[in-house]
Amino acid sequence: MTDEREYDVVIIGGGPAGLSAGLYAARARLRSLLVERAAPGGLIVNAGLVENYPGFPQGINGLELAELMSQQATKFGLETLTAEVTSLELRGEQKVITTTEGNLVAKAVIIASGSDRVKLGVPGEEEFTGRGVSYCAICDGALFQDMPVAVVGGGNAAINEALDLSKFASRVTVIHRRAELRATRILQERALAHPKIAFRWNTVVEAIEGKDMVERLRLRDVSSGEKSTLEVSGVFIAIGFRPNTGYLQGVLSLDSAGAIITNEKMETDVPGIFAAGDIRSGSIRQVVSAAGDGAVAATQAERYIRG
Amino acid sequence: MGKPIEVSDDNFDQVVLQSDKPVLVDFWAAWCGPCRMVAPIVEELAEEYEGRVTVAKVDVDQNRKTASRYGVMSIPTLLIFKNGAPVSNIVGFRPKADLKRSLDAVLE
Repeated sequence: MTDEREYDVVIIGGGPAGLSAGLYAARARLRSLLVERAAPGGLIVNAGLVENYPGFPQGINGLELAELMSQQATKFGLETLTAEVTSLELRGEQKVITTTEGNLVAKAVIIASGSDRVKLGVPGEEEFTGRGVSYCAICDGALFQDMPVAVVGGGNAAINEALDLSKFASRVTVIHRRAELRATRILQERALAHPKIAFRWNTVVEAIEGKDMVERLRLRDVSSGEKSTLEVSGVFIAIGFRPNTGYLQGVLSLDSAGAIITNEKMETDVPGIFAAGDIRSGSIRQVVSAAGDGAVAATQAERYIRG
Repeated sequence: MGKPIEVSDDNFDQVVLQSDKPVLVDFWAAWCGPCRMVAPIVEELAEEYEGRVTVAKVDVDQNRKTASRYGVMSIPTLLIFKNGAPVSNIVGFRPKADLKRSLDAVLE
């Protein structure tokens, strides 16, 4: 290996967990680098208004919050690299991180590469992605002005999307495979009381159909087995998230969902490798907990390095 | 100067369809977070492919006609046009290397 850049801490992922870890690591005067495949922010750039991050009683736009977090971390000396991490390996106590923009060597690594939307896995989903199938209501909602749309899912992401889409769409149908929602109560209350939002309970999507664009969904009631169709121009899929741990197979212990198992110090089963945020097994997937995880991980990384 | 050109419903045909070079068109909007992630990459591509590829941006908020004409229902969407027709359709954020591969394929 000829061209390797050396750091105390390399942070993988630039969402709230990674940016918070970077802030703490930089203030600890550790030589710190954050690697992010896109721009800083992670999933919150798709979140619209973040209403539950303390300190912002009026809420704050997710993109704006991401930019502020990034500014704050880089102000204290965090370096950043735009690249995708392809592998993480151990060389004795050193950690070698291979990226699309060269190799990095670090004493400690904080993994904060978060999670991505789970796909539905039904016929038509791939084919109509960008033609009515969407994974981001904040991005695409306004393109469905006065059109009927559906949201698949029953958690916070799904209900937030339904509420956001109700500003544009003629009708929003939430399709959920259970008889009740998992979303935070205040979101449930808003959605259930909303005149434009309807619910199809105990229902799953079997296929997405259309000619050039999405035109209808084939649905099945899981309790009665009854099949039906729903005419929509758009379908927003929000059935959950999958941790981005593909590049970590065989390096660290993962749970059955692919999330990284850590203890309360954010330590993984490899000394010097920490994890923070949504990628952690048992994460509550909130900005505030991700930021908290990042702070713990960076503090523990400092102790690991400096003893 | 190797910068993306802002294109509207009014001049889309002239700038994009009648171009003698391939055109990369970035459909975006101000409210869209991933679009802001794509924007700096698109700017770099405009510089790196200067003279070989025209790079254009369409704000879908102001230019609904062009967006719906090409069935753009997700942003960011990048379309590559050659001889007046779309030949490549890239939906969502992709790393720069992927976008270069798509452009290089069209240039061959």
